[in-house]
Amino acid sequence: MNQVVFLEPALAIQLALAIPALGTVLIALTGRWPNLRDTLMVATAVAMFTMVLQVLPEVLAGGRPGVTLFELFPGLRIAFEVEPLGMLFGLIASGLWIITSLYAIGYMRGAGEANHTRFHACFAVALFAAVGIAFAQNMFTLFIFYEILTISTYPLVAHKQNVAAKMGARTYIGLLLGTSIGFQLVAIIATWWMTGSLDFTDGGIMEGHVGYGMGALLLVLYMYGIGKAALMPFHRWLPSAMVAPTPVSALLHAVAVVKAGVFTVLKVATYLFGLDYLSNLWTTEVIMYIAAFSLLAASTVALQKDNLKARLAYSTVSQLSYITLGAMLVSQLATIGGGMHIAMHAFGKITLFFCAGAIYVASKKTNISEMDGIGRRMPFTMGAFLLGALCVIGAPPMGGLWSKWHLVVGAADAGQVLMIFVFMISTLLNIAYLLTPVVRAFMLPPTDGYKGGIKEAPLLCVVPLSITALGCVALFFIADPLRNMLAGIFAG
Amino acid sequence: MEWLGLYNYWVVVVLMMVGFYIVIAQGNLVKKIVGLNIFQTSVFIFFISLAKLDGGTAPVYVEGITEYSNPLPHVLILTAIVVGVALTAMGLALVVRVHELYGSIEEDEIHEQDGKH
Amino acid sequence: MDLLIQHLPALQVVLPMLAAPIVMLMARAPRLAWAATTLTTWLTLGVSILLVQQVLLHGSISYHMGGWVPPVGIEYFVDPANIVVLLIISLMGAISMPFALRSVEQEVDKAKHGLFYAAFLLANCGLLGITITGDAFNIFVFFEISALASYALIAMGKDRRAVMSSYQYLVMGTVGTTFLLIGIGFMYIMTGTLNLIDLAQRLPEVNDTGTIRAAFAFLVVGISLKLALFPLHLWLPNAYTYAPSMITVFLSATATKVAIYVLLRIIFSVFGYEFSFSELNLGYVLMPLAMLGILIPSIVAIFQTNIKRMLAYSSVAQVGYMILGVSFASTLGLMASVVHLFNHAVTKAALFMALACIIYRVGGVSLDRMAGIAKQMPWTMAAFVLAGLSLIGIPLTVGFVTKWHLLLAALEGGLWPVAVFLLGTSLLATIYIWKVVEAAYLKEPAEGAQPVREAPMSLLLPTWALTVACLYFGIDTSLPVDLANRAAETLMGGYL
Repeated sequence: MNQVVFLEPALAIQLALAIPALGTVLIALTGRWPNLRDTLMVATAVAMFTMVLQVLPEVLAGGRPGVTLFELFPGLRIAFEVEPLGMLFGLIASGLWIITSLYAIGYMRGAGEANHTRFHACFAVALFAAVGIAFAQNMFTLFIFYEILTISTYPLVAHKQNVAAKMGARTYIGLLLGTSIGFQLVAIIATWWMTGSLDFTDGGIMEGHVGYGMGALLLVLYMYGIGKAALMPFHRWLPSAMVAPTPVSALLHAVAVVKAGVFTVLKVATYLFGLDYLSNLWTTEVIMYIAAFSLLAASTVALQKDNLKARLAYSTVSQLSYITLGAMLVSQLATIGGGMHIAMHAFGKITLFFCAGAIYVASKKTNISEMDGIGRRMPFTMGAFLLGALCVIGAPPMGGLWSKWHLVVGAADAGQVLMIFVFMISTLLNIAYLLTPVVRAFMLPPTDGYKGGIKEAPLLCVVPLSITALGCVALFFIADPLRNMLAGIFAG
Repeated sequence: MEWLGLYNYWVVVVLMMVGFYIVIAQGNLVKKIVGLNIFQTSVFIFFISLAKLDGGTAPVYVEGITEYSNPLPHVLILTAIVVGVALTAMGLALVVRVHELYGSIEEDEIHEQDGKH
Repeated sequence: MDLLIQHLPALQVVLPMLAAPIVMLMARAPRLAWAATTLTTWLTLGVSILLVQQVLLHGSISYHMGGWVPPVGIEYFVDPANIVVLLIISLMGAISMPFALRSVEQEVDKAKHGLFYAAFLLANCGLLGITITGDAFNIFVFFEISALASYALIAMGKDRRAVMSSYQYLVMGTVGTTFLLIGIGFMYIMTGTLNLIDLAQRLPEVNDTGTIRAAFAFLVVGISLKLALFPLHLWLPNAYTYAPSMITVFLSATATKVAIYVLLRIIFSVFGYEFSFSELNLGYVLMPLAMLGILIPSIVAIFQTNIKRMLAYSSVAQVGYMILGVSFASTLGLMASVVHLFNHAVTKAALFMALACIIYRVGGVSLDRMAGIAKQMPWTMAAFVLAGLSLIGIPLTVGFVTKWHLLLAALEGGLWPVAVFLLGTSLLATIYIWKVVEAAYLKEPAEGAQPVREAPMSLLLPTWALTVACLYFGIDTSLPVDLANRAAETLMGGYL
């Protein structure tokens, strides 16, 4: 590890933000030369990941490197500080971007989409925002990047510029901006007003400043204000976002955007409220039950969706609630489990989306009912789909096992027996809706006059999805270091 | 009787209301300007009369005279009248332009030509 | 140099006033007229900056016009409160002149340039005069000078509706200033003085009379007409929409701001906080009006298809924000209002300039004519987007500085619902700005639309200067916040 580290963490943090910003400009300027542009995009992704990696050793060693850019008013800063949770999110987002950028080149060219330059430029801005969220030192900084992420992904969702895309994008931005300004910003300002601080602090900043009654209200405002966590009934934006090209659904609506949501939930719960304080609020349990409901309801809806991407979207809504629920269990184990689930679900779901995209590029099929026997034509893709599905379900030998394990043990730890059942039922539902496409693809005979032989999507699509599928397996074996790093959340 | 004694203020109030009413109710642009003038003039009269003292004269030192009217409001109104004249000129100039452009100085006809706005 | 420093307050007003007739004589040489006007505005700006320096170094300046000692003579008075406004006016005058060259050449008949610039200087002079003078009647006179000049300027717009909207503005404006005159008359009856400081000292003795209350009412209503407080704003949207672009830029940045300043002076300095808010409960009147004034024009703005008109309605809403800050009756709220004078001036001027760039190339700014314009005029639209973010109040722009302080002021007053309301209305601004962005970036140009080039440098540079200011002062907030803090404290303290 030490061989790849050559920069001061503080500098690396700034570069990790500066590189995608600069990349955006370069991508926008080189739009006339597609090959140069795409090369630059991959280079940006690699350089950014390298920079994020520079910070890792110090975080692993228990440090929290940081840097302050500027101070708006006394106490209100744009500042960054990397703690274990942020490190994890930063690594996942920037690491998966490399793979996604390769995939995106294959997909966008293969599917014949237009406006590549705008697409790739907005993508780079979104990653810039995601890393900003990951590294934010205070809620104010986080909020700014949160909004940049919302706005930069809008053109991506509306990419096709047809009526459906515009309607979807309108729901998308309306819900995300509405909740973040209507609830989250209110909560942030109230927090600032009552505590005089927005810094993420070990053990929270509320205790002693905010009464429990007020705290209970603030919690609800935060949880619904963080619309990206897709807690019902403000989850509609996520299925709406599925009108976007698949790389967007894969990286942004399975990883960067939605994980930014639950990441913020975890951050707010542990560093603004603090677990001890949280356990005293009556709404904590309410939110927990809402998350449990959201989890089961979304799974049930997913079961009925025939459109593969829509099914995956509702599956994501359900999986996000795992993490919100984990945060609301107010147990260290469950929080760590929530953090791990960010990683596990990211790999699992991005694989699934990559597969959905590959199927679309190769055969223009979007509905599960049309995919009978497609596994014979696309064995690699559907094989990867199986691995991804198992990871999301939480079956061994997939990384998903460990995060669910921690969540369940955390629930037991917190004495919420009912929640254990919720997790179990949901897992059954997961199996039902994620494995049926696999079964149909491999077991049923093809219906579309398929003659035999392998006809996969372009290599630039298949290779990335194979890598992430293998990642799901690898996570099973490296779960322990991950857990140890996340345990650092409570070391301070 | 005191109410009636201050009849100059009553005149002011009546004139003001008449002027204001014309400004609001008249659709003819020139008549609106006339209304505006009456409205302003009432205020001028108000200033002038408030400075006038019963039996007072112009503030020029003359033997045997002890009471003077306050000259300051009169001076102010001199300025205000100049402003008022400028305003009237400006307003009428605009009306002339409107007539050139629309061929009418009736508000409703002009709005009709311009659509809704 | 000493002599110059000593007479700075007079120079501030006299410079543009004397330059105006000279410029008028240059009717045959439009370029020369432009150059002379530009020079004058830059000199005026220089005077303002020197004045800021003097006030920061030595405190308030009292200047006796013609050497007559107040309250007999007319006093010019510069303190931390009005220095901000002086700076805004002269800055906007100076920055809109380089912009004017191409824009005015295209939009105004060449033969009228001399008159146009002369009127512009008079408007400038009037606004500066209103701000700097310490004499109530003088305020009236300067109001009329600036108003008369603005009527003429607005009427020079290309569209024939410009003349009609100028006429409407004239009628409403005159009613407003006449109300002001009545109010001044009432105050004079009761106190026998016109000097603002003198008034502030003598008013408390006669506070509880009907006459003074009537004076207060006339003044507030009259000024509210001038500052376009909802529902007295009807003149504004048309006037801003049809005026020549450069005039819209200048007036939107200065005219209503100056009226707001006068309102602040009257409420806080002359009548005093106690009388205005504790005795007459002005806050109860202003707050609902301000909130309605934010809400309704914002909604109306969403449905506009002419973007210039949309921004005009947005200006009415922004006036609402400023008045809302006043209605909190606290130093923090007042500070938010004063800082918004500056922030909104910069933001709205940048937005109108960006529109002027588009008008220069495309000829209009209706929503369908702007479809797909971002590809052809990327720099102009980028400026529009950034300034638009500032209008919404996104962090790292000046708009946020205002929103933040307004919110804190609302919370300080325990007005939770108002704080939530403020955030909700930002969403409305988001919607109307977004509509433009969507049209410009995500729509394809209409069939048969002529492709256009990016706006010329002389238009782009001032636009970007203001846009950068939107961002710079949103990050390094110390200068505007500091000036506004001093201004708010001065106003709260009254004249004594």
